[in-house]
Amino acid sequence: MSTKSKSIESKTDFNQDDRLKKVSKFKVLLNRPELGALGGAILVFIFFGIVAGDTGMFSAYGILNFLDVSANLGIIAIAAAMLMIGGEFDLSIGSMIGFAGICIAIPAIYWGWPLWMSIIFAFSMAVLVGYFNGILVVRTGLPSFIVTLAMLFILRGATLALTRLITGRTQVPGLRVLIENDPIAWIFATDSFKWLFTWLGSMNLIALRTDGTPLATGIPPSVIWFIALAILTTWILMKTRYGNWIFASGGDKNGANNVGVPVGRVKISLFIGTAVAATIFATIQVLDAGSADTMRGTLKELEAIAAAVVGGCLLTGGYGSAIGAAFGAIIFGTVSMGIFYTDVDTDWFKVFLGAMMLIAVIFNNYIRKKVTESK
Amino acid sequence: MSEYLVQFNNISKFFGKVIALKNVTMKLRKGEIMCLLGDNGAGKSTLIKTLAGVHKPDEGEIIFEGEKIIFDSPKEALDIGIATVYQDLALVSLMSVTRNFFMGREPLKGPPFFKTFDIKKANKIAAERMGQIGIDIRDPSQAVGTMSGGERQCLAISRAIYFGAKVLILDEPTSALGVHQASVVLKYIVKAASQGLAVILITHNVHHAYPVGNSFTVLNRGKSLGTYEKKDISREKLLSMMAGGEELDKLEVELKEMNRIST
Repeated sequence: MSTKSKSIESKTDFNQDDRLKKVSKFKVLLNRPELGALGGAILVFIFFGIVAGDTGMFSAYGILNFLDVSANLGIIAIAAAMLMIGGEFDLSIGSMIGFAGICIAIPAIYWGWPLWMSIIFAFSMAVLVGYFNGILVVRTGLPSFIVTLAMLFILRGATLALTRLITGRTQVPGLRVLIENDPIAWIFATDSFKWLFTWLGSMNLIALRTDGTPLATGIPPSVIWFIALAILTTWILMKTRYGNWIFASGGDKNGANNVGVPVGRVKISLFIGTAVAATIFATIQVLDAGSADTMRGTLKELEAIAAAVVGGCLLTGGYGSAIGAAFGAIIFGTVSMGIFYTDVDTDWFKVFLGAMMLIAVIFNNYIRKKVTESK
Repeated sequence: MSEYLVQFNNISKFFGKVIALKNVTMKLRKGEIMCLLGDNGAGKSTLIKTLAGVHKPDEGEIIFEGEKIIFDSPKEALDIGIATVYQDLALVSLMSVTRNFFMGREPLKGPPFFKTFDIKKANKIAAERMGQIGIDIRDPSQAVGTMSGGERQCLAISRAIYFGAKVLILDEPTSALGVHQASVVLKYIVKAASQGLAVILITHNVHHAYPVGNSFTVLNRGKSLGTYEKKDISREKLLSMMAGGEELDKLEVELKEMNRIST
């Protein structure tokens, strides 16, 4: 008797299980943090496809152009997203970009260091700045918003003051000649897949210059870095123990600590991550422009955070995705370039940026409520 | 080895001149549930923290599996098998059941330096463990935030057991729960004990404690009012001890006295 009723019970359980699983798979898709940004990116492409489809925006040259802008922003947005998932902010990213650029240019031009050594020096400084930010936040328990806001001013000020002290000006040109034959600089300064573009050009599939070389010469290094970082960070978040610790540290610091997650170390490493990403950004731009500017990267920290938020990161931490931030950066990059191809005045870009962010925050807030509410 | 799995003998804890705990003694056998009862401010939290290794006792000794031990940190207590489930449960509501279950102790696979979080294995174990309690998690990757309070409590307990708890200290596991949810959690606690765990159940709710407890220790103003086997004490007696029954009796007498004088 009892076994019979038990078997009936387990059978109904099974049926119920089956039915619910279908619903939850659909829900899982809806609940992915990057869904909004992916949808947004698709909408943006459709919009410009209609409005600017015949203007050259979607020629090889045009595509690489807006991808380059997206990728540059994406590199820092991904790092900012990782840090936000870990429960903290870094407002010093923009200042770090300017500082890193100077750390490369001054030793290389004024002190006669080889370029590769200056680049390593800049990355070492980034690790120090990130570590300092992290240890300050972890040890004092102060909001990272305040600590890194202070660092925003300190780094920008120091960059300006030191550069003027050493060089007597605010820009350091003359780097381009040093890139050739440098053992490291090519990692940040080489276009990839040139053969492909040459071939496409020879087949007359893409636009050519008057001398017969293709207008788009190759995939810029920023795009390669961007894709590599997006893959690496997504892998870290989804597939590694450290990734789980990032979510845990941002979701509930005390809880995570109680079950043995080294929250302090996780947060410090994420601060180092944003500073290093800023330095990657700076190195690519400095080598591309051939000069370092003390004001480079101004306000970039806010764009990075905006892209991370559009990508589904919650401001309270513990939720978000790196790939979402990547889509967020693609949206901003595409719109900021695409707007040139339309009749719309480019002044409207910032209006769009703000509106996009507002919509994203409202959407994310709704998602969080859905995820956390009890039955 | 003595018949007790763990003994807390004459534990005292002072904060400056304040006596937080004085000569508290508790002994637990395997498979036993001891309920620690006490009103607010009775010293329950201090006692838990002392048992869990957060505070060091100023006097007294802890004997675990026949050996005297001293903890320097909660981690050491955890390592030998004394696990505490605090009221906040140490769960992250935005994270999945699996990711919470293995938070800080993720199973790994793969070659050295490229070890990855074995999510498949983790999902399987989490679903299995929750299934054993009778909590059917449709999908171990669902967020903990979608679970009920009782289910969360069970998840936290189940996690502690999976990671090798021998003594389980539960801090008010039913205080925030409705009647039905509380009974689910209590049922699970009894089940856990029947598998050989010693459980210390801290609560101020006698109605939750009495049905599941084997013995009861009442704490009042940092002192133990004694430990009673279930057969030696009634629910009413426990209730009145906890509420400071003697004080209420005294108050009643005094009030009568006042009435008599005034009339």
